[in-house]
Amino acid sequence: MIAIARRELAGYFATPVAYVFIVIFLALSGALTFTLGNFFGRGQADLNPFFSFIPWLFLFLVPALTMRLWAEERRQGTIELLLTLPVTQWQAVVGKFVAAWAFCAIALALTFPLWLTVNWLGSPDNGVILAGYVGCLFVAGAYLAIGAAISALTKNQVIAFVLAVSACFLFAAAGSPVVTEFLSANVPALADVARAVSVNDRFNGFTRGVVSARDLIYFASFILFWLLVNTVVLEHRKAD
Amino acid sequence: MAALIEIEGLTKRFGAFTAVDGVSFSVDKGEVVGFLGPNGAGKSTTMRMLAGFMTPSAGTARIGGHDVTDDAVAARRQLGYLPEGAPTYPEMTVSAFLGFCGRVRGFRGKDLDARIAAAMERTQLEGVRLQPIETLSKGFKRRVGLAQALLHNPPVLVLDEPTDGLDPNQKHEVRSLIQQMAPEKAIIISTHILEEVQAVCTRAIIIARGRLIVDQAPDELAARGPDLDTVFRTLTMGDAA
Repeated sequence: MIAIARRELAGYFATPVAYVFIVIFLALSGALTFTLGNFFGRGQADLNPFFSFIPWLFLFLVPALTMRLWAEERRQGTIELLLTLPVTQWQAVVGKFVAAWAFCAIALALTFPLWLTVNWLGSPDNGVILAGYVGCLFVAGAYLAIGAAISALTKNQVIAFVLAVSACFLFAAAGSPVVTEFLSANVPALADVARAVSVNDRFNGFTRGVVSARDLIYFASFILFWLLVNTVVLEHRKAD
Repeated sequence: MAALIEIEGLTKRFGAFTAVDGVSFSVDKGEVVGFLGPNGAGKSTTMRMLAGFMTPSAGTARIGGHDVTDDAVAARRQLGYLPEGAPTYPEMTVSAFLGFCGRVRGFRGKDLDARIAAAMERTQLEGVRLQPIETLSKGFKRRVGLAQALLHNPPVLVLDEPTDGLDPNQKHEVRSLIQQMAPEKAIIISTHILEEVQAVCTRAIIIARGRLIVDQAPDELAARGPDLDTVFRTLTMGDAA
C-alpha cells in the first residue's frame, strides 16, 4: 500500500500535473483572498477570507486531480498490472487515495506565506488557523474520495471530471441557505438531511476554530464510505 | 503433488456471449504450454481469469493450490503475469518501475536491488535502466513487462504474447530465456506464431470460440497434417462449419 502511494505521488511530480495544479491553486487562492476576500481592508488578522474560498476552489481542482486516478490506469491498461499484483483492491484504492491526499496537503502547505503575512501584520489566533487548515484537508479528502470512486466508473477523463464536480457540488451546496430554505418549504424532512451531509457546513466549524468529534466522525465516515464504493466499483468493473 | 496450475470448467460470460466455455486443464512444473487460437477465441480472457483480473462466471482456477478468487493475494504471489500488450507506467524509468513492482511484492533494500539487477540482466535491460519507459521501443517495453513478471522468481508464469513486437533476435532471446526457466516452473504462453510452439513448448493447447479443442504435444499435433499451419487452420476453421 505504501509502495502504491509512493509511486502515485512520484507520478504526480514526474508529469506537469503537479506543477500546474500547485501553481493554479496558489494563484487562485491568493488572488481570491486579496481581491474578493478583501484581505487587507477587513483589518482583521485571520485567514477567514482564504478559508472561505478553499471549498469552492477544491470543488474544481480536486476533480481535476482525481479524474485520471483510475481512468488513466484503464486507458493505459496498467490497471491490469496493478490489480494482478499481490495486493487487495482495498489496498490499491487506499494507496491511491493517500497519495492524492498527501499531494493536496503539500499544495495547502505551500500557502504558508499567507500565514506568515497575517502573523507579521498582526497577532492572529494560530489555533484557529490550524483548525482551518485541518478542515481544508478534510474537505480535500472528502472530494478526493468521491472523485476517485467516480473515476473508477469510466475510462473517459472528461466524464470523470464533470461527474465528480457535480457530485462534489451536491455535497457542497446541500447546506447552503438556498437549498435548505427550498427544502424546508417543500420537503421539510429532507432539509435536515441536506444540512447534515453538507461538506461546507461542517467545514465552517473548523474555520471558527471548533474541531468537534461529530465533524471529525462525519468526514472520516464520508471518506471511508466513498473509498468502499470505489472498491466495490473496481471489483465489478475492473476488466471492462 | 498437485499441479501448479489447475483449471476446472472455467467459464466467462459477457452478457449473452460466452467468451470462455468450460475450459479445463492443468500444468505441472517443468511444462511449457503454448496457448493457441484465433483472435477472440478466449486466450486472453482465460489468462486474465487466471491472473485474477477477471472474475470467472463459473468454474475454478488454482495457482499453487490457491484459488484465484477466494485466495487471490496468495495466488498472485506465486504468479508472474505479463498482460497482453505489456502495459507499464510510461512516465517511470525502467528501474523505478521495477522497484515499484518489487516493493509492492514486499522486497526491500539490498534484496530488492539484487532482484531488479537479476531481472534486468535476464531481459537485457541494463542499457536503458534510467530511461523513461515511454521513450523505449516496443521491443524494450515488452521486455520491461517480462522483467516485471520475473522479478520475484515465481513458480508460475503466465505470459500473454511475450514475443509480439520483438525482432527475430529478441524473439530468439525470449524463447531461450523461457527454455532456461522451464525446468523449475510451470509456464503458459499465448502466441500466434506456430513455430514458437514447436520450438519452446512441451504442450500445445488450442482454443476456439471459448472451447478447448486440442491438448497434446506439439509434435503429435504437427503429425495430424502436412504441417502445423494446416492443422491449426483445419481445427479452428473446421469448428465453424
